[in-house]
Amino acid sequence: MSNVPVNNGRRRFLTAATVVVGGVGVAGVAVPFIGSWNPSARAKAAGAPVEINVGKIEPGQLIRAEWRGKPVYVVRRTEATVSSLAKHDDQLRDPNSEKAQQPSYATNAYRSIKPEFLVALGVCTHLGCAPTHHDGDFDQFVEGVSQGFFCPCHGSKFDMAGRVFQGVPAPLNLVVPEHSFTSEDTLLIGVGSDSSEGAA
Amino acid sequence: MKNFIKAFVFGLATVSISVLASSGGANLDHANNDLTDKESLKNGFKTYINYCLGCHQLQYQRYNRTFKDLGIEEADGVENYMYTGEKAGDHITNTMPTKEAAKWFGSAPPDLTLEARLRSPDWIYTYLRSFYMDDKRPFGVNNKVFKDVGMPHVLQDLQGVSSVDEHGNITPAMGGSLTTEEYDIVVRDLTNFLEYVGEPSKLERESMGYNVLIFLFIFFIISYFLKKEYWKDVH
Amino acid sequence: MLANFMAWIDKRLPVTDAWNKHLAQYPAPKNFNFWYFFGSLAMLVLVNQILTGVWLTMSYEPSGDGAFASVEYIMRDVDYGWLLRYMHSTGASAFFIVVYLHMMRGLMYGSYQKPRELLWIFGMLIFLVLMAEAFMGYLLPWGNMSYWGAQVIISLFGTIPIIGDDLTLWIRGDYVISGATLNRFFALHVIAMPLVLVILVFLHILALHEVGSNNPEGTDVKKPKGSIKPEDQSKFKFHKQYTDKYDIVDAIPFHPYYSVKDIMGVAGFLIIFCWVMFFAPDGGGYFIEAPNFEPANGLKTPEHIVPVWYFGPFFTVLRIVPDPLFGTMAMFGAIIVLFLLPWFDRGVVKSVKYRSKLHFINLTQFSISFIVLGVLGTMPATPTANLIGIVAAFGYFGFFVALWVYSKNEKCKPVPERVSH
Repeated sequence: MSNVPVNNGRRRFLTAATVVVGGVGVAGVAVPFIGSWNPSARAKAAGAPVEINVGKIEPGQLIRAEWRGKPVYVVRRTEATVSSLAKHDDQLRDPNSEKAQQPSYATNAYRSIKPEFLVALGVCTHLGCAPTHHDGDFDQFVEGVSQGFFCPCHGSKFDMAGRVFQGVPAPLNLVVPEHSFTSEDTLLIGVGSDSSEGAA
Repeated sequence: MKNFIKAFVFGLATVSISVLASSGGANLDHANNDLTDKESLKNGFKTYINYCLGCHQLQYQRYNRTFKDLGIEEADGVENYMYTGEKAGDHITNTMPTKEAAKWFGSAPPDLTLEARLRSPDWIYTYLRSFYMDDKRPFGVNNKVFKDVGMPHVLQDLQGVSSVDEHGNITPAMGGSLTTEEYDIVVRDLTNFLEYVGEPSKLERESMGYNVLIFLFIFFIISYFLKKEYWKDVH
Repeated sequence: MLANFMAWIDKRLPVTDAWNKHLAQYPAPKNFNFWYFFGSLAMLVLVNQILTGVWLTMSYEPSGDGAFASVEYIMRDVDYGWLLRYMHSTGASAFFIVVYLHMMRGLMYGSYQKPRELLWIFGMLIFLVLMAEAFMGYLLPWGNMSYWGAQVIISLFGTIPIIGDDLTLWIRGDYVISGATLNRFFALHVIAMPLVLVILVFLHILALHEVGSNNPEGTDVKKPKGSIKPEDQSKFKFHKQYTDKYDIVDAIPFHPYYSVKDIMGVAGFLIIFCWVMFFAPDGGGYFIEAPNFEPANGLKTPEHIVPVWYFGPFFTVLRIVPDPLFGTMAMFGAIIVLFLLPWFDRGVVKSVKYRSKLHFINLTQFSISFIVLGVLGTMPATPTANLIGIVAAFGYFGFFVALWVYSKNEKCKPVPERVSH
């Protein structure tokens, strides 16, 4: 008079087998439901790496590109600019780029692959405004430094390697996105030099 | 009881016969497509880009998806299949103004992404081999499968053009750069490509299907024995 | 630990009691046959439709400009989107196959008869809502057959005298079927109808468990209390709700016996379902129709406008009547007579096994008529088809009339008290 079934070994085995195989089936069914949440081909196409011909950029000039909905600043730094970078390390928060705001191949004194080209997101690390490029009149913000980026929202200041100055609201250096050079003059934003990540 | 099952089987048979009857289509030649033949698909893709894309978009299909599925390296694809400076992730489109096109051809050339599913691959295969000379038409050609079609015979320099006598007999195409066999292969590759574009996931679907069915079969057998085991209590 | 937790829950919500009442100690007749799989299979397909539907909604765009392209977006750009879409489109057809077979079971074994009239009515309401749900869902891909199919069905309302034209305008929300129509159908298809459907399914099962399941013999497994000797009663333990009032014979607990049996049924069903879905997802042009591979175009009518196959029987009834108003009435009549079936049948014997030869013939001709009407509904109208359709429609409606006439004094075989095997 009991509904508890005869619990012999065969029955236990078959029940376990059904549960396991059925569980595999349920997991299999879950795959398309979970997988469909990945970025679609449309999202990937929109977030595809952006190619820029840097040969056309004049020395000292900044151009803006857009990658995954964010502005990217590409600056062709003059030799004078590059050599002046080391002169104000004592005024910076993170002069040696110790915080992970750049890929490993850009963790150097110029925060770039080639000293000549700075590639950084034009997004202030404080509240996300777009810092403006000042060439020649930056010493109104930082004495003795003639070039840099100034964020008009809350006055954060960055040097020509995107490194943040002390005493401003922005806590971190500007982000250097994954990038690489596919030829002498072709910059690819979104694919890293070690081509390990960032690819779409 | 048995008779009801019989009645149902009879009904299902009637339905499936009518399915077969209606899916046949009238007098179409068989393209005998093979979606696993990557070379054929690549040739079809090339022919499409060179001859069709000027007027007919594949607006739901992306270049890079096509490259990936056809086994073309993306750099090669951009180099050899893309002429108008799009990005690899873009859809396969043209810049033909729709309204103007409607004026030129009578109606705007349709998008062909789903043509193979709309009309069947065999229809496309037969259609592209069925143009004949007809002076009454604006472009001097008509089509056996698609009467009074607005489209010119764009593959004419390959096939040449055939004519029809007063009894409706067709003389073979003359004046093309390809033999009939070569032309049929070109059209067949193009049809193959259009079938692929109609449903790019078809091969993946079928290979997944085999795995799922094998799995379900195993699961069915286990559940059958489980049921039998439990039902010993009942009988 | 778990026992403590369940005790805590049970004090606040009768979970264990409900489990026992409806599954582990629910007395199900032990002689369910093949036809009894389709109830649980309908449930499975409903869950499939809801889940895949929710997921499709995530990538679908309900607008006249975007709908068609968004379906191709799902088919090409979304990972596994093609699979989710085919699960949903094949599921729609599977739903109707399963439900039609489930209804056939009810017809064969008299499962609509007293005391199961309300159970049958809930089932018919489910069927009705399901048809509305399917009709609205079919517009959403915004293919040309979607468009013209909707055009035909909506214009049925235009046959109603006086208010007809205004009514169709109101249903469309525009002078033609447009994005406005699409949007309201989308809202009803993804929210309102499924909600109603789930509530009705809940009521259907509740009503079933109140009156108890019928079986192929048409006997009752619940006998008056005290009428059965203890050794003749079922050896299994059932919930006191049933045993307090009745002596239970020839029954087994739904769980585990019918749960394991239904798992097997599900596996078998999925083999057929997946075979179609993975190797012929357009169902030979019946599950996804070829004209639906071009976008809706109000200026380009497909060669043959036919509804999806599952509307076939009712569409044929509509088509064979020359007058549109009477045609529409006949079509709705074909559904209404099904609702009234418990009252057309004045007999007391349930199962076709023990009813008269006449009833067997009547039921057979009804099934054939229904299938013939369905096949005709998917074919272009010709005079011959029309003639066959009229004969089949007479068969369909004649079933109910004949049943009403002969069931009053039907010569039936004696129904056994107990399930013999």
